[in-house]
Amino acid sequence: MSDNLLRVQPIRNGTVIDHIKPGCGRKVLDILNLSGSDTTISLLINVQSKHQKRKDIIKVEDRELNEVEIEKLALLSPNAIVNIIRNYAVAGKKTIEIPPFISEIVQCPNENCICNNEREVSTNFKLLSKENLQIKCTYCGRKMEEDSINFI
Amino acid sequence: MKHVVSIEDLDNKRIMSLLKRASELLPIAKGEKKSDILKGKILSTCFFEASTRTRLSFESAMQRLGGSCIGFADPSATSHLKGETLSDAIRMVAGYSDAVVLRHPREGAAKLASEVSEVPIINGGDGAGQHPTQTLLDLFTIKEEIGKLENLKVGMLGDLRYGRTVHSLSQALDRFNTKLYFISPESLAMPEYVTDELTGEWSTHQNLENILSELDVLYVTRIQKERFPDVEDYKRVAGAYRINSELLNNAKPKMRILHPLPRVDEISTDIDNTKHAAYFRQAFNGVPVRMALLEQLIGVKK
Repeated sequence: MSDNLLRVQPIRNGTVIDHIKPGCGRKVLDILNLSGSDTTISLLINVQSKHQKRKDIIKVEDRELNEVEIEKLALLSPNAIVNIIRNYAVAGKKTIEIPPFISEIVQCPNENCICNNEREVSTNFKLLSKENLQIKCTYCGRKMEEDSINFI
Repeated sequence: MKHVVSIEDLDNKRIMSLLKRASELLPIAKGEKKSDILKGKILSTCFFEASTRTRLSFESAMQRLGGSCIGFADPSATSHLKGETLSDAIRMVAGYSDAVVLRHPREGAAKLASEVSEVPIINGGDGAGQHPTQTLLDLFTIKEEIGKLENLKVGMLGDLRYGRTVHSLSQALDRFNTKLYFISPESLAMPEYVTDELTGEWSTHQNLENILSELDVLYVTRIQKERFPDVEDYKRVAGAYRINSELLNNAKPKMRILHPLPRVDEISTDIDNTKHAAYFRQAFNGVPVRMALLEQLIGVKK
């Protein structure tokens, strides 16, 4: 870590998302809309890591991720680790997990699915496989893989 | 068993018990015997999309068992146009009846209905999605005609890409260790998302003649003109997949031809009077199968 610390200063309060799949950091920023908030964000791409060969890291100052954001992150990079930082120290470490059912955050690609055509129906997907991420709409049965997932 | 949204809701044991019961109910389905098994029960038939065969066979099944039906055959007569959601419509209808048959143009409609309904929902077809009672009656027909469901060789011919009946039936037959032969032009081949799920043996063919002699069952579907941008292409393909009596010379004597109907000209009428033609009996079989299902869902438990 010391090498990384030289590159980007430690943050006082906020969240460090570590062990993001290399190359996925930008996508995480976009989909969690982190850069849309008025806090300082640092994104490190292709950092040398002990566990993985490379990883991305995001540091978000003065903000902790909520449950929905963590669920989205799990779909984007299932092995990421969320560190809550308070007063320069790690106050909590969350390994994230894709829940068995994913509701409201993913859009069904089937335009004729009832969930895209009824008021007040939220989308719902069943997790079929974590390794090669695959989820299935509980309404129309349409399956999606990692690269075809669209977030709401 | 509360709702029947997809054929996956029924395990093999449940399917076999439904088919057995359907067979016992045949004399009542034919009107030879009377029954009041479902006397006093009301079935709602909610058809947000027209389907004569499914609706009428459900209504016949219900009335043959002494029950009655309410419902609509066309959504223009309902509050749908006033902007009522499906969920609200189902809650209302569920209050008026003991079970609801739903046909809807959107995929997943029956699943949504099952989430809000107090009474059993039976999926009568949701868009390009599921139509479990069609699959049940197809299975019943095969069992009645051939005598068993296990270890058969079943060919599926025609539009395998868009035909939901062949998708569900393939997946159901796969559970009974069937060897499946998919015969279609390349552009209408069985989609990968169906074949990916199959655990048993299957193969694809462009020509029926080479394999016809192996089959116990040939399930024929209609090739729709609107799938082809070019009318000449359609005529060529439809012509190449037409069944006539000459072609059947090679078939096993007990081989049966099924078709979900309506047919256009994919099966020549000179086959209708041969022993191979099972499609009209198949259409009738919708009644006993739906009787068995209704009895299991809303009949008084013995």
